[in-house]
Amino acid sequence: MAKFLRILLWLCIAALGALALATIALHRGEQINAMWLVLAAFCTYALGYRFYSRFIAAKVLGLDGQRATPAERLENSRDFVPTNKWVVFGHHFAAIAGPGPLIGPVLAAQLGYLPGTLWILLGAVFAGCVQDFVILLFSVRRDGKSLTEMARQEVGRVGGFVAYVAILSIIVILLGAGALIVVNALKASPWGVFTIAMTIPIALLMGVYLRSIRPGKVFESSVLGFVLVMLAIWGGQWVSQTPSLARWFTLAAPTLAIAIMLYGFAASALPVWLLLAPRDYLSTFVKLGTIGLLAVGILALRPTLHMPALTRFVDGSGPVFAGKIFPFAFITIACGAVSGFHSLISSGTTPKMIRREPETRMVGYGAMMAESMVAVMAMIAACVLQPGTYFAINSPAGVVGAAPETAAATISSWGFPVTAEGMHAIAQSVGEQTLFNRTGGAPAFAVGMAHIFSSSLGGQAVMAIWYHFAIMFEALFILTTLDAGTRVGRFMIQEALGHLWKPIGRTSWYPSILATSGLMVAAWGCFLWQGVKDPLGGINSLWPLFGISNQLLATVALCVATTIIVKMGRARLAAVTLVPLLWLVAVTFTASWHKMFDPNPRIGFLAHARMLASLPPSHELAHLIFNDRLDALVTGILMTLVALILVESLFLWIGVLAGRKEAAVKESPFVLTRFAEEG
Amino acid sequence: MRTDPKIRGRGRPRYTNWLRELADVFVRVIREIFDESAYARFLSRTQTQSSPQAYAAFRRENESLKARRPRCC
Repeated sequence: MAKFLRILLWLCIAALGALALATIALHRGEQINAMWLVLAAFCTYALGYRFYSRFIAAKVLGLDGQRATPAERLENSRDFVPTNKWVVFGHHFAAIAGPGPLIGPVLAAQLGYLPGTLWILLGAVFAGCVQDFVILLFSVRRDGKSLTEMARQEVGRVGGFVAYVAILSIIVILLGAGALIVVNALKASPWGVFTIAMTIPIALLMGVYLRSIRPGKVFESSVLGFVLVMLAIWGGQWVSQTPSLARWFTLAAPTLAIAIMLYGFAASALPVWLLLAPRDYLSTFVKLGTIGLLAVGILALRPTLHMPALTRFVDGSGPVFAGKIFPFAFITIACGAVSGFHSLISSGTTPKMIRREPETRMVGYGAMMAESMVAVMAMIAACVLQPGTYFAINSPAGVVGAAPETAAATISSWGFPVTAEGMHAIAQSVGEQTLFNRTGGAPAFAVGMAHIFSSSLGGQAVMAIWYHFAIMFEALFILTTLDAGTRVGRFMIQEALGHLWKPIGRTSWYPSILATSGLMVAAWGCFLWQGVKDPLGGINSLWPLFGISNQLLATVALCVATTIIVKMGRARLAAVTLVPLLWLVAVTFTASWHKMFDPNPRIGFLAHARMLASLPPSHELAHLIFNDRLDALVTGILMTLVALILVESLFLWIGVLAGRKEAAVKESPFVLTRFAEEG
Repeated sequence: MRTDPKIRGRGRPRYTNWLRELADVFVRVIREIFDESAYARFLSRTQTQSSPQAYAAFRRENESLKARRPRCC
């Protein structure tokens, strides 16, 4: 009877999911409620987790509840600590949740809600969750080894080198794109600049509080920091309305870019306890709280989506980013469906906390489902806006014109009515001077989020507070990624250069710290600067570049995973990682090719450089041409490196399957767990 | 010494126990994310009391772990 009821329950979930997916896919010309997206997501995740992840766990990976994990065998109360599965889940989710799943879906909303939503759901279930799960398990079986180490051991020397370069590249491009999003969100916004500037002394105060006043009371200090940040948001309104003060905090994009580079350098060179750690705590506190609040807001308000299922920009002519659905929707969504970056977390801290092997399924597969749900919420936040408003905020001046009237007329001519007066009223309601040409996704997300929050809590009167809360949340999030990323990149450079000259490899030697921090900031600062100077807003070139590098890292991770599965003697089941790998190869290589060689100057870097070269020469143009060529070169190098690891893996697979190569995996020896009885 | 949750919850409605367990897990997640559990383990391992010096030693020990941990995109 119980079995019959279980079957009936899963049939109902499948039917409900099919109904929700059919509703979001087949409705044309009328608005739908956001709850259909939420319902489709819940049912898809439930089915994916119950059936697909279970199949992978049992048949492909053969999770072994009897086998001791490194957390148990190497327990040291420091990094190797057997931890409750729900605690590891929360810890892992907090580590993987970043700005990507919030920004990508907002940008992809220019195609309508349908393509992005479908990819977020299917991509997560069949690719992203699988990648996180298998890499976590393989790292657990190798004493918590990193992706680079696993690539070197299981694939070969080229694999290890490619993983290293891919990781460093993605960090550099991510930081450049992230910093640009912050610049675009804060330019000419004294309220926003004041709030974010205040988070630095607040973090320093938290650092001192933690070290000297209440040692170790991190939650307490984070609550204190949060209260101070809320006061800073409130104070920001006062600053923006006081002309003498507003003048100091009204900054142009280049000034903000320089300030962010200086901040990144300082954060990388200062002691961790003083700035990086407290900012990280504060950011995590705000992040988890806001994501929870957004979920509650969407469920309470059940908003209507104003964006159509598909817009006219599926033809590739979109103002936010240029390019057709395939491959650019997939590159743009990035982290909400598959994120190569997650493989670093899955082979970093998390495998050292897993108490029993079967728990990798809930932590690896499950946490990525939660991340994907965040992406669905971001899509909803973007699509509750009137399409005219969405395009007015996200379209660069180079496409729609700098003057409000011109921009409004251009956007209205696309069939998305908007007026300069209407946009001015929205800008006023959120305490900004203008919302035109605020590319990058963050301001559009903030307006959508403020709309949802103010509709369920506080009304229009607090719309401005909610908007700046959302901007603060995103900027804090990105700046934390930026300071942690700069430091991680610095270590990677120090380790690499240490092979050439030993002293530079000493991570505590100050000349080395300053030199490598400067090198790292210069690397991502170069991308930031080109974005700031780009008349098309920068996001059109930087976000696809970030998406490509992120998905290429996922390609590397899936390549390593497929190699291990083949070596485990389960080649006929390797499709679980091989199919997403082939899909990502198709997407990333097509996107890379288009970004380099597409004849449309809005898509192809080289075509854009040629177009600029045909104009009367100037110093500014020479810079833009150099940037285009640099972007094309970076894309080409990344593509070539990943092709190398693919070829090396392919030879290995063929060798193993033909019996010419030894199919030995480099797993730690089996030890019986003492937690077996909990199974 | 914490009471066994099974004994602690005896006699209460099931949902109260469930809520209590949920709150307990939530607090443990927060303590792990915010390194409070790691600090408690450090104090236990080194047999020291919490103090600014102990926290400074904990931070020094964890500096390399924390600094090498990327924040995800």
